Amino acid sequence: MTSTTCVECGSELTISDDVESGEILDCDTCGIELEVIGVGPVELSKAPELEEDWGE
Amino acid sequence: MNVGFLYSQIRADEKLLLTELRSRGHDILKIDVRKHQFSIQGPSSEFKDLDVVIDRCIAQSQSKFASLFFASYGIPIINDPMVVERCSDKVKTSLLLANAGIPTPETTIAFSPESALETIETMGYPCVIKPIVGSWGRLMAKIDTRAAAEAIIEHKATLGHYEHKIFYIQKFINKPNRDIRVVAVDGNAIAAMTRTSTHWLTNAAKGATVDAYNIPKEVASLVEKASKVVGGGLLGVDLMELDDGGFTVHEINPGTEFKALNECVDVDVPSHIINWIESVTNKKGETQ
Repeated sequence: MTSTTCVECGSELTISDDVESGEILDCDTCGIELEVIGVGPVELSKAPELEEDWGE
Repeated sequence: MNVGFLYSQIRADEKLLLTELRSRGHDILKIDVRKHQFSIQGPSSEFKDLDVVIDRCIAQSQSKFASLFFASYGIPIINDPMVVERCSDKVKTSLLLANAGIPTPETTIAFSPESALETIETMGYPCVIKPIVGSWGRLMAKIDTRAAAEAIIEHKATLGHYEHKIFYIQKFINKPNRDIRVVAVDGNAIAAMTRTSTHWLTNAAKGATVDAYNIPKEVASLVEKASKVVGGGLLGVDLMELDDGGFTVHEINPGTEFKALNECVDVDVPSHIINWIESVTNKKGETQ
């Protein structure tokens, strides 16, 4: 496990070691979706907004 | 295998596939579709040794075009761009199903608000308007009255992208509070679940509860036929149960999610998917 902070609210987040670049995480404190943009070390950004053509 | 893994975001489904691929020792090139370019002149050097590309883009428009490029480079891609094209457009899917004699809800397309209203009045209430591209139950409307029809049509005509002015109108199916999702590879079902909700939309994304479903022969046969008419591949086929005991196929998903399915069945879904990908990739390699 590693830790980093939410880019929106600054809360500490615990990240599992098998985290993937591109993975979407939720901040349990503010509820925002975060995208993992780097893994060595873990870097987060706000996840992109839902687009109309997203899905299955 | 050298596996290209095309994505824009890694959901739990993609993570399951990546974990399975790594556990089998495959070399993976993660390809974030947002960070790469795709040239008609040919593939970039990093793509040249790929044995197969697995397309898991979350945006159907990205899947549609990126898969075309990999196919043009001669790199097998799952799913084939023809399959993506046919399944990500509800008009094309409905036409293919109907023309193949596969039961699918009665559907009519109209191109103007007046014509859309006339279609709805003729079809009768309730009916459903869907966007021709979309997923997770978004922008679907069940129409119970003429007043609702007029309002929804006006909103779509006024506020929508041009594709919303193609009015896709479907007869409402009075299903038993659930529908069925079957994940299949080249028409062979891996596993299935029901999605149950008191809401008329029973998508898992809308909060439906999921349960394992034993696939009857009739459903397996419909899934096989539906898969065949769109070109096969890895698909999520959605069916509804009818009052007469039969089934109707209402959607085929080319970028199927399977996390919820994997959690409610005894089958290891990602393992079966990768087994199939290994199998079809090896076959293609032998014929080259």
